[in-house]
Amino acid sequence: MFDPMPWLILSPLIWATLAFVHGPGRGARLAVAGLILQLALAAMLAQQIVAGGVRVYAVGGWGAPLGIDLTADGLSAVMLLLTQTVALPLVFYARAYFTDHANSLRYFWPLTGYLLAAMNALFLSADVFNIYVTLELLGLAAVGLVAVAGGAGPITAAMRYLLATLLGSGAYLLGVALLYGVYGSVSLAALTPLIAADTPAVVSLAAALMLLGMMLKTALFPFHFWLPPAHGGAPAPVSALLSALVIKASFYLILRLWFDLFAPITSVTAAQLLGALGAGAVLWGSLLALRQTHLKMLVAYSTVAQLGYLFLLFPLATGVSAEVAASAWQGGVLQVVAHGLAKAAMFAAVGAMITATGRDEILGIAGVAARLPLTLFTFALAGVTIMGLPPSGGFAAKWLLLGAALASGQWWWVVVMVVGGLLSAAYVFKVLRQAFLPAEEAANFKPLPRMLEWPVLLLALASLVLGLGGGEVLSLLGAA
Amino acid sequence: MSTALVYALTGTALFVLGVAGLILQPHLLRKILAFNIMGSGIFLVLVGLAQRAGTPDPVPQAMVLTGIVVAIAATALALALARQLLDMCGEMRLPEEKTGKDRLDV
Amino acid sequence: MRTLLNVTVLFLASALGLVLGWLILDLPVAAVHLPEQVTALLEMSGVVHPVTAVLLNFRGYDTLLEIAVLLLALLGILALPRHVSDHQHRSPSANPVLQTLTRVLAPLMLLVAGYVLWAGAHRPGGAFQAGAVLAGAGVLLHLAGLLPAWATPGRTLRAGLAVGLLVFIAVAVALMAQGTLLQYPLGWAGALILMIEASLTLSLGLILAGFYLVLTDSRTRV
Repeated sequence: MFDPMPWLILSPLIWATLAFVHGPGRGARLAVAGLILQLALAAMLAQQIVAGGVRVYAVGGWGAPLGIDLTADGLSAVMLLLTQTVALPLVFYARAYFTDHANSLRYFWPLTGYLLAAMNALFLSADVFNIYVTLELLGLAAVGLVAVAGGAGPITAAMRYLLATLLGSGAYLLGVALLYGVYGSVSLAALTPLIAADTPAVVSLAAALMLLGMMLKTALFPFHFWLPPAHGGAPAPVSALLSALVIKASFYLILRLWFDLFAPITSVTAAQLLGALGAGAVLWGSLLALRQTHLKMLVAYSTVAQLGYLFLLFPLATGVSAEVAASAWQGGVLQVVAHGLAKAAMFAAVGAMITATGRDEILGIAGVAARLPLTLFTFALAGVTIMGLPPSGGFAAKWLLLGAALASGQWWWVVVMVVGGLLSAAYVFKVLRQAFLPAEEAANFKPLPRMLEWPVLLLALASLVLGLGGGEVLSLLGAA
Repeated sequence: MSTALVYALTGTALFVLGVAGLILQPHLLRKILAFNIMGSGIFLVLVGLAQRAGTPDPVPQAMVLTGIVVAIAATALALALARQLLDMCGEMRLPEEKTGKDRLDV
Repeated sequence: MRTLLNVTVLFLASALGLVLGWLILDLPVAAVHLPEQVTALLEMSGVVHPVTAVLLNFRGYDTLLEIAVLLLALLGILALPRHVSDHQHRSPSANPVLQTLTRVLAPLMLLVAGYVLWAGAHRPGGAFQAGAVLAGAGVLLHLAGLLPAWATPGRTLRAGLAVGLLVFIAVAVALMAQGTLLQYPLGWAGALILMIEASLTLSLGLILAGFYLVLTDSRTRV
């Protein structure tokens, strides 16, 4: 049977390298072809998992713990599908975007290809050291993409991001070193059965280091300082990729570590602490988003806030009954998918608005409702998911999380989610209200190419439809 | 205490020194150097812990080789960015946040 | 505020260091013993040196990704917009010692690189070390004025930079026809590994030299 797993990693590596040899600014068509292939491969893999359960692929034929294994289960399949699904419309969007901003185009396509290769490799890897290498590949690609526009702001943001991400992966690698020292292997399959409740304290310290490193890379409050300048200052397609996908990769790793590898030693206290930090992110991020005067910074702070919801998953799934934990797990993963789709659409819509009006302040988008109805509609649809209104995917995710919170008696998270929902409605409506005002007289609207509007509308619609079709995603999640 | 364990303990000390330097030092070149010290510390821990019984182990040695290469790549990118900042802002430090829109973030 | 941050970080770092040091003094024996597995399978790996075997065969997938990391870092540097530098760049030194030594040493360094590449199968060495020596030769040649800085790399140079990764991937894919990714057939492993390492040496030398040569002179680039 044809195995799509290695090809999901090789395909972006190949087209990215070919795009590099092709020349600066080239590679868009390679990207389109590659992504269509990758989406097909991800769908094939999902089908194989639903039919046959967890899939393992021993690279080199050696098998863990001597060699490196690739593993795919329901969660990997969901993340892989999310990555390719979000990236494909963004490729079309980016092609159109860079015809206007050609000076940022230098080597954008190879960098994006390596970023996608890193993400696919991360989701498939079953070896903690190999995961470190993929994390570095991902981090360097993301930093390179942030810096691609130039200018003191983005370069500073890229430098901060780079230092933060290196600190995070450094902490992670120390954890890996400790695990190898204690157990003699870096393979997840070999390590998981060895970690039981009576492990040496060093293993708990390694777990803490690895989790802290990933929290820094996921920009969890209070480690979020690097995210708004980086996501707000990058070109719109880059911001979309970063907010929708890159930070989900390190969150995926936290899920793996918490629920698979270190499951016997996770404590309820640590879970509540993670939830508290998540709550802080939701409230602080939303408040700061409200105070922003620039469009992309508002959306970037919205990312900080929405990431907080993801961390509410941990107190709701640790130390509670199995049904509550399952409900929380489903809600958290659904939030990952919904936010990925919606945030990509939101950043892309905002990028289109900025391109059309030539200004990036919120005050500058007056009149967009009349001139760019499609783009504003995309923004509004994405906003529906961010706010958590039915029938969107965001609503379904929050519904599951709320249900888990009520069923386990942790009502304080309910308060957080409700307040967070109200605050996100406030900042989404802040933008919408401004867009419906009549345009200023001196306002000058450039016509937008179709590719700048339609692909991202699809993404926003997908995030909406996710609420209705979420059962499919959840059944894939539970398939293995 | 075997020799390898001494390496591991030294690695621990280097790691914390590197982390502290990375966070606290304002000058970018020193931050990058601190990152390299942190990396070297991690590699020492990896090799030292694995070989604490005295038998050589090629797997962590190969992993350290990979880690060194990755650290070189990261250092190169960091230096290029620092150099850009130097050209643009005149000094090798991260510019402080401007007043105004960015003022209130943490 | 600043001193409070300093004190907190220093305190936490020292605490971490002490706890970590204390904990690693007393560890149980490891459950998995990889060195024995490496030794047992070493003759099937195609090389004699165990580290090379792990790097290019047992955990060759890690090596594939790290080559991509290196190329990616150079890409990130090339993608940065050029900024005309105000700093004065000294013209290459006319120092006769530097000039003579460079002309003598550079070919020797190429020879050493070739030897280190070949020796990797039997003793410490291999593509990375050879590539580093090549890069050193490149930097030395630039300092003596014999090799110009890279403005924007042309197609040939880009091909040279990418050939290592592409050959590695091509071999890995070709091997999938008769097994899994990177599964070397018995008897061919040594030759394939040498071929991969040779193209890697070229690319690595160019990439590592490129880190220096791309950054070294920002004035002439536009």
